[in-house]
Amino acid sequence: MKLFEPPQSEHGTPFWDATREERLVIPYSVGTGTPFWYPREVAPDTLEPAVEWREASGEGTVYAVSVQHKTGPGRDPADGPYAVALVDLPEGVRIMSNVVGCDPESVAPGMAVRVTWHPLSDGRNIPMFTPAGEEEPS
Amino acid sequence: MTERTLRGAAALVGVHDAASPTGVLDDHGRALEARMIKAALDDAGLTLADVDGVTCAGAPAGLAEYLGIHPRYFDGTQVGGSSFELHVEHAAAAIAAGLCEVVIGVYAATPRGNRARASGGFGPGRGGPPGGMGANPGVEWELPYGLRTPMGAYALAASRHMYEYGTTSEQLAQIAVDTRRWAALNPNARFQDPITIDDVLESPMQASPLHLLDCCLVTDGAGAFVMTSAERARDLAKPPVYVLGAASAGDHSMISQMPDLTTTAGAISGPAAFAMAGVTPDDVDLLMGYDSFTITALLHLEDLGFCAKGEGGAFVEDGKLGPGGSLPMNTNGGGLSYTHPGMYGMFLIVEAVRQLRGECGERQLDDPEIAVAHGSGGLLSTMGTLVLGTEATL
Repeated sequence: MKLFEPPQSEHGTPFWDATREERLVIPYSVGTGTPFWYPREVAPDTLEPAVEWREASGEGTVYAVSVQHKTGPGRDPADGPYAVALVDLPEGVRIMSNVVGCDPESVAPGMAVRVTWHPLSDGRNIPMFTPAGEEEPS
Repeated sequence: MTERTLRGAAALVGVHDAASPTGVLDDHGRALEARMIKAALDDAGLTLADVDGVTCAGAPAGLAEYLGIHPRYFDGTQVGGSSFELHVEHAAAAIAAGLCEVVIGVYAATPRGNRARASGGFGPGRGGPPGGMGANPGVEWELPYGLRTPMGAYALAASRHMYEYGTTSEQLAQIAVDTRRWAALNPNARFQDPITIDDVLESPMQASPLHLLDCCLVTDGAGAFVMTSAERARDLAKPPVYVLGAASAGDHSMISQMPDLTTTAGAISGPAAFAMAGVTPDDVDLLMGYDSFTITALLHLEDLGFCAKGEGGAFVEDGKLGPGGSLPMNTNGGGLSYTHPGMYGMFLIVEAVRQLRGECGERQLDDPEIAVAHGSGGLLSTMGTLVLGTEATL
């Protein structure tokens, strides 16, 4: 699968470093203990740079999904249609991702998913999701 | 307690727009903007010498310099397609506060003509690679997932609306069908041939659940408006169209940050604008509701209170949005069939003013008095609602 490889911001580095070990971590405001997404230099509730990273369960629920029938940015048409989803993590944040390892048309809101990892060229991995309880894509 | 309201303090007194069934305009850039401004001023019976305020979605100083004027009021608010509704809101406040007296607003974009001129569609930056790491968090956290922009974001909203409320593709298609019926009455509309629900459903899937005919056009287009105080408006060439209510609201930029994909910030701006105007949705004779996609328009119907949340699909099923229906929407043919150069909000204003003046020819409504122009900017991000009325509504 060809994709646009994301840049790595300084404040996103703890996230990307964890992906090298296939660990999904999300940032929390130290002041309030509230998780937030996307990673920022400061916690959006306190505007303080006090951010701590905690490992997420890797579970999620599809909130909304759209199958891209025409190729989106960075993708190869030869890879065919793919599902882009907003996934709610039980920790309390919603992130964009792909749901892979299944027929993209079978992905629906409410579907239980769990994290899987897609390798990037520099040793980082990018989190994607696959239907819970199914085999990971090889 | 002091009553503070903009109701009726300012009026739209001149409008103009340009679009073509070919989708292409001959002019572009500042020259096209200048042509729109000249025509809107002519429409108002004013000249550039009267203008002391300039608004555009970008950098108004360059526009003022090109026009050779020295304004005392500038507004370069750029929140996407609803920018022009916000310009009118802000200008009404500025005029009411005495900051300025005659304000022009303008928009021109020629993505089709630009292709022919080999200067590249919407211009640099749009949908392209990141300009600078970290400048836009979407590049790091969303772009890798390959969501088509902008339609993918709207597709996600449609997905969720269908899941929560049982809204169907047929119901969304009805909006495209009724909008096309209006376009058939507008000789400047890009597409004027009637379509059916099946035509929409059989058009190529772009980003599920949105088909090609659920999506707006990409055309050249341009427009301008002129505003002034209610007092001065009464001495001008055309009947004034008063700003009765105006409000804006927003709740995200990236689609993953939208708190609830089935409810836009129009649920804030709409009621606020109606409250200022002292009217309810039942009083509205024309809704100009930003239709970048069919789902966009459906969300407006619910968020502005024309129907309850979740009932938009059933609400539109009987064709009430089309010619002869009980809630005429997008009588120019909308972004779906008239024109959509990228930021469509200017055309909502121009059509609302023309309808309230009775200038719309074959598609003219029967003596409308109150029109709503409701713009949506970004990815369902920033909403701007204008309630506009004739002299009789003051």
